[in-house]
Amino acid sequence: MGVEGIGASVVRKEDRRFITGKGRYVDDIKMLGMTYAHFVRSPHAHAKVKGIDSTEAMKMPGVIAVLTGQQIVDDKVGNLICGWAISSKDGSPMKMGAWPAMAPETVRFVGQAVAVVIAETKNLAKDAAEAVVVTYEELPAVPDIKAAIKPGAAQLHPEAPGNVVYDWHIGDEAAVKDAFSKAANVVTLELTNNRLVPNAMEPRAAIAHYEAAEEHYTLYTTSQNPHVARLVLSAFYNIAPENKLRVIAPDVGGGFGSKIYVYPEEMVALWASKKVDRPVKWTGDRSEAFLTDAHGRDHVSKAEMAFDKDNKILGLRVKTHANFGAYMSLFSSAVPTYLYATLLSGQYIIPAIYAEVMGVYTNTTPVDAYRGAGRPEASYLIERMMETAARQLKVDPAELRRRNFITQFPYQTPVIMAYDVGDFNASIDSAMKAIDYAGFPARKAKAKADGKLRGIGLSCYIEACGIAPSKAVGSLGAGVGLWESAEIRVNPVGTIEVLTGSHSHGQGHETTFCQIIAERLGVPISQVSIVHGDTDKVQFGMGTYGSRSLAVGGTAIVKAMEKVEAKAKKIAAHALEASESDIVIENGEFKVTGTDKSIALPMVALAAYTAHNLPDGMEPGLKETAFYDPTNFTFPAGAYICELEVDPGTGKTTFVNFVAADDFGRLINPMIVEGQVHGGLAQGIGQALLEGAVYDENAQLVTASFMDYTMPRADDLPSFKLSHTTTLCPGNPLGVKGCGEAGAIGASAAVINAITDAIGNNKLEMPATPDRVWHAIHG
Amino acid sequence: MYETNYHRASSVDDAVAQFGKGKEAKFLAGGQTLLPVMKQRLAAPSDVIDVAKIKDMVGIDVSGDTVTIKGATTHYDVAQSDAVQKAIPALAHLASMIGDPAVRYRGTIGGSLANNDPAADYPAAVLALGATIKTNKRSLAAEDFFKGLFTTALEDGEIITAVTFPIPVKAGYAKMRHPASRFALTGVFVVKTKAGDIRVAATGASQSGVIRVPAIEQALKANWSASALDSVTISASGLLADIHGSSDYRANLVKVMGQRAVTAAG
Repeated sequence: MGVEGIGASVVRKEDRRFITGKGRYVDDIKMLGMTYAHFVRSPHAHAKVKGIDSTEAMKMPGVIAVLTGQQIVDDKVGNLICGWAISSKDGSPMKMGAWPAMAPETVRFVGQAVAVVIAETKNLAKDAAEAVVVTYEELPAVPDIKAAIKPGAAQLHPEAPGNVVYDWHIGDEAAVKDAFSKAANVVTLELTNNRLVPNAMEPRAAIAHYEAAEEHYTLYTTSQNPHVARLVLSAFYNIAPENKLRVIAPDVGGGFGSKIYVYPEEMVALWASKKVDRPVKWTGDRSEAFLTDAHGRDHVSKAEMAFDKDNKILGLRVKTHANFGAYMSLFSSAVPTYLYATLLSGQYIIPAIYAEVMGVYTNTTPVDAYRGAGRPEASYLIERMMETAARQLKVDPAELRRRNFITQFPYQTPVIMAYDVGDFNASIDSAMKAIDYAGFPARKAKAKADGKLRGIGLSCYIEACGIAPSKAVGSLGAGVGLWESAEIRVNPVGTIEVLTGSHSHGQGHETTFCQIIAERLGVPISQVSIVHGDTDKVQFGMGTYGSRSLAVGGTAIVKAMEKVEAKAKKIAAHALEASESDIVIENGEFKVTGTDKSIALPMVALAAYTAHNLPDGMEPGLKETAFYDPTNFTFPAGAYICELEVDPGTGKTTFVNFVAADDFGRLINPMIVEGQVHGGLAQGIGQALLEGAVYDENAQLVTASFMDYTMPRADDLPSFKLSHTTTLCPGNPLGVKGCGEAGAIGASAAVINAITDAIGNNKLEMPATPDRVWHAIHG
Repeated sequence: MYETNYHRASSVDDAVAQFGKGKEAKFLAGGQTLLPVMKQRLAAPSDVIDVAKIKDMVGIDVSGDTVTIKGATTHYDVAQSDAVQKAIPALAHLASMIGDPAVRYRGTIGGSLANNDPAADYPAAVLALGATIKTNKRSLAAEDFFKGLFTTALEDGEIITAVTFPIPVKAGYAKMRHPASRFALTGVFVVKTKAGDIRVAATGASQSGVIRVPAIEQALKANWSASALDSVTISASGLLADIHGSSDYRANLVKVMGQRAVTAAG
């Protein structure tokens, strides 16, 4: 490894601008003649829109237009789509209700837009929005899964009888039945995976600019995948052909999945910009983020696991209800199916698995992928199950896991996934050593003497990242391929621009991707720039989510580099009058091996562009593109152990120690990886202890601000102890697996396992607030 | 935020005069409640009269048997005050537990008391210590000041200029923080006065705002120790219940925080 190559903890290049307040976010951008949009949103969870009177609003100062849902429907702007088709057990396609960008007839969640005011300033738009009179006829609301599936429940969409979107299954029901018939022991578990609000630091925002003379639109938007946004806006929402629509996602302040999707606000801004013939800016505030950013999780599950007399797992049966909210968001259908049930084998040999998933509509904010997306739900279920089983079977939870670990790779699970590589014993060994697992009973006894309940909890997670082989996901219903692209431009003076279809919204691509180039060419990372987030600059790409940027996007960079290097070697060989096969690249120079002859990269680049003396028939220039489609998912895995104390008087949890032993394959920048793990753990612990979106019986969001929704603060979290074990991913040339979601996937089970161990009561739901823990202790 | 007129008052008299001129005027001290509410468009004062920059409104004075904290003194200044830490350490401790650092740098004792949030910390200290609230018009005993949720005896245009706390023999404050807002999910302030009285107040617990807790007072009168409360039962009736704490949980917290406050008081 060089000082700035693979494996070096290089300080992040992008941090100077972020830390000094010089980041350029959507809301920082101003345009000549810009107008401001403010939405009129439904205060009701379920209601008919009987009328919208904008007469008074139109008379208010600075108001340019008041536009309604009926107008956007009349103008044939397309309804929002769900991009992954899932079929029910009976083969019928999923049952989707229509989702117009603004509701013309019926609102189905609090915060759904019915109209928009366009005005000269943001405040004037807000003033006028209050003067828009909307007449509603309230309908009975469905606040949660239980209410949705109750006979006689209010119906959200005529297309989905019983509020059921699909009733899907995976695995072998007969084999599971057979396994349970042979079981020595059966362990059952019911649990809820609580709904979360993403709360990226930067709320969503958009600026749409229609230029009539060119019939061209530009959209600045807070997106994790600007090309996908352009594709969807063009192909499905009829905004404009792709060549007449430029989408730019500049600096974006966090996404966690919630900025994958194209939202109604962007569609309306584009449409309105043409209507008023001026640029339109919309910047969401925190309240709008709570109500309209796609939420995460929200599952209710029942699980049963069968064991033989030697505590080997025979089978697993799972029934899950997943809440989709009021409409099917862009990738929502895949989250509780192919991103969830396919991971239910965990780290274990489970000969037979059968899972049923019923997805339902409720009068709540739409739910979609959120950091981990399906995999945290699977990991939480399986790891709570292993701990529950260990207690019931009276074996050490680490021992029960070891007994059932997969140790031979590749390993084909009964639920599609083929794990390529891993070493689960290495992870658990590392974590147990770090936390001094053997010394726990003594520490527990000492805590008891001090009046504290001490517990320890394990979580051995596995996830499928680096999504995904396009052919495989296509066969499962995905509407897109999940490859990635890269273009490498070596400029005539030897500096390098890397155009990537990945999008950085906190991940540190501007540093990590440069390190890949530095490793290969031996040039400093200051000589390399990363270009991303603009459909006019960058070739089509699929964006960033599912811990895919390095494993898929990084590999595309490697593939493009291979082409660049091949051509550069030809030029160098020609210039040095040597054989191409004798050229090696070292420290930014092309050398003839075994001689002192060399030519520096800038001279090779200059030769490529002057084209005065290139090999016969060679095109000038030094720029190559690669599209990389992965051959398999990657499978990051690891072991987390949490040790904590519960105060029996208050139910308050205090961390003693939290260790994480992850296997992410090769690490490009260990410091950035560490930061990613810290953030993921904070979100996983947040889900376990603090965060939870709560709706009341009228489907009003009770936790609609930070006064009631507990975002993790630094002092809520322990000081993490991280370690890494390594099995290189065989599926990509970098040997990398992805690290962005691991913490959020693995942490919550470790925390709840530790608390339930401490209090001796397994019945405890997330978030394990002091109130809930106290009740679990005292009944 | 709606349009509003901002006035920086130069004196208490000036503040009162400015208040009188506004159609729907509001006093602004630290702004830790008023400004978020205005930003949410849930309040629309025509005029905002800033009293936090009035020199006479800021400062701490310990003399004889009392600690006097002027109305616009910040929580941070109270928490950091050597004089308060020495005279009534529990009061400095309480101030150090309010909200987060940003709130403590801005928020003021007068603002907190005038707002009388049922989960605010200061009301517990004011009621338990038997403080006197001084305004530009009169002096009010703590018992007469708090009138229920977000309600006080203050009249329109009346400003809290200072709060005078009698220095007790012993005092302690223990608080279970609301996980999200960091207000008091329940906070209990216990006092043994120089006259030998036991006064205990709880905030965050009751539907009526800050309350005295007679059951704990009686038990501590008989025996000033945490264990004296072991046999005390607090009724959940009339206590707050929300997603962060049921009323029986809060009843438990009144007792447990009471015990911890006694332990802290020594």
